[in-house]
Amino acid sequence: MKIKKRHFALICYLILLFLPIYWMLNMSLRTNADIMSTFALFPSHPTLENYMKIFSDSSWYSGYINSIIYVTMNTVISLLTALPAAYAFSRFEFIGDKHIFFWLLTNRMAPPAVFLLPFFQLYSTFNLIDTHIAVALSHCLFNVPLAVWILEGFMSGVPREIDETAFIDGYSFPRFFIRVFIPLIRAGIGVTAFFCFMFSWVELLLARTLTTTVAKPIAATMTRTVSATGLDWGLLAAAGILTIVPGALVIWFVRNHLAKGFALGRV
Amino acid sequence: MMNKWRNNRAWFLVLPVFVIVAFSAIIPLMTVVNYSVQDIFGPGQRFFVGIEWFKEVLLDQRLHDALFKQLAFSGLVLLIEMPLGIIIALMMPKKGWTSSACLVILALPLLIPWNVIGTIWIIFTRPDIGLFGAFINSTGIAFDHTASGVDAWITLMLMEVWHWTPLVALLAYAGLRAIPEAYYQAAKIDGASAWAIFRFIQLPKMRGVLTIALLLRFMDSFLIYAEPFVLTGGGPGNATTFLSIYLVKIAVGQFDLGPAAAFSLIYFLIILLFCWLFYQALQAVGTGDKS
Repeated sequence: MKIKKRHFALICYLILLFLPIYWMLNMSLRTNADIMSTFALFPSHPTLENYMKIFSDSSWYSGYINSIIYVTMNTVISLLTALPAAYAFSRFEFIGDKHIFFWLLTNRMAPPAVFLLPFFQLYSTFNLIDTHIAVALSHCLFNVPLAVWILEGFMSGVPREIDETAFIDGYSFPRFFIRVFIPLIRAGIGVTAFFCFMFSWVELLLARTLTTTVAKPIAATMTRTVSATGLDWGLLAAAGILTIVPGALVIWFVRNHLAKGFALGRV
Repeated sequence: MMNKWRNNRAWFLVLPVFVIVAFSAIIPLMTVVNYSVQDIFGPGQRFFVGIEWFKEVLLDQRLHDALFKQLAFSGLVLLIEMPLGIIIALMMPKKGWTSSACLVILALPLLIPWNVIGTIWIIFTRPDIGLFGAFINSTGIAFDHTASGVDAWITLMLMEVWHWTPLVALLAYAGLRAIPEAYYQAAKIDGASAWAIFRFIQLPKMRGVLTIALLLRFMDSFLIYAEPFVLTGGGPGNATTFLSIYLVKIAVGQFDLGPAAAFSLIYFLIILLFCWLFYQALQAVGTGDKS
């Protein structure tokens, strides 16, 4: 009985969690005229018109492609740089280690509004404005520290005897790291990649400032549409639903890793 | 932590991270410091004003208002999200497809771009076409976040709790899964109550992930911008003009780079101070509980 009550509460929470998303899905399947004229819990005449519009207009769908490109680049860069650093923090004591560790986290604390202009100037100097790599690099500011922080936790959960044994067996450091160590924390890498993907995907201010047309992210395309064409609620809802899809796909594919990775987390 | 290997060559492993973060952090930070001590009229026309802007900003009444609102907002949000997230993590199934399904549904709100979150909630809370707005109004309570400051606050709080509680829940769940089964068996033999298990086994073991959750949630709620900007635009009146919205008004609206830069440096220091205090406090709690 007690267990049932617990599950009931959890299911209620998950339904409440899903309601706003359901409402957007509902609206995305209706025309704007329909939305404004009637209030309906279920779309009475579901239509895919809004989605067709997005998939047939390149100014819309290129936004999704751009976002996916820079998010992927950012995730790869963050993981590649954070892996060795996290290893250093979890295994070695060196001058300034604790300070650097905390300093890394402080980079998430800068209010972006004012830092946008210096960012723009910096990336202009390197001729990187409106490229995917510029956005990917700028997102490293908050993703790399987070990746180091999370990976360090997973790595500290791996006993150091494993490293020692491998070195006695004659493994060189790079070979040990790639062949032995990385497979051990694979699930942790999955979790970290998920977090990097997530934070880069949802960030808007930096992505919008550093791009104009070629690398414009989808979230920026959406804000422009809101102001330009009045409010086409149906179209807006459809675009919003489509912003959830890539993330939902990622999480569906890594769900087992995620559960396993979370289970390995050091606390 | 047991004794680690002492080796300063470990710096070479940290170097890539240091370089990439410094590139994106230190140069812009220096530029902002540079703005904050100058009065800028245009390219080539700038005067050194020393700490004038800092004085002006620190005495600005509207900034005090915004800071107070921001502290209240972050405090309330943390007080709701942290316990709620832990409770949800405790309720989640431990294994099987149901736990995967829970993880996927929980992660959904986290994967939505921040301005889209605002858009969703505009749609959701509209009294005429939104589910939530229509529901509340049908119960007879007049609810309109564009007209009433209290309603705007409630809407923003609901949105923030909806959006971010899953992050706390996911992290707390990770912490719970890492507790070996043997601990629970030992507790069972001792006849420990559910509360005792939570207080003496689960909570101390979750300290690490809860530290990350608390710091992340504090920083992000203190820096919240896109969602209230889209949803309420800081209004009605100034009811939801939090620090970052006020900052953007100065920096972009009035293009006062000097005061805006001084403002953001102070803003940054406030967050830094709080995070450092949280961090130290949680580290201390952890060592006390280790017995």
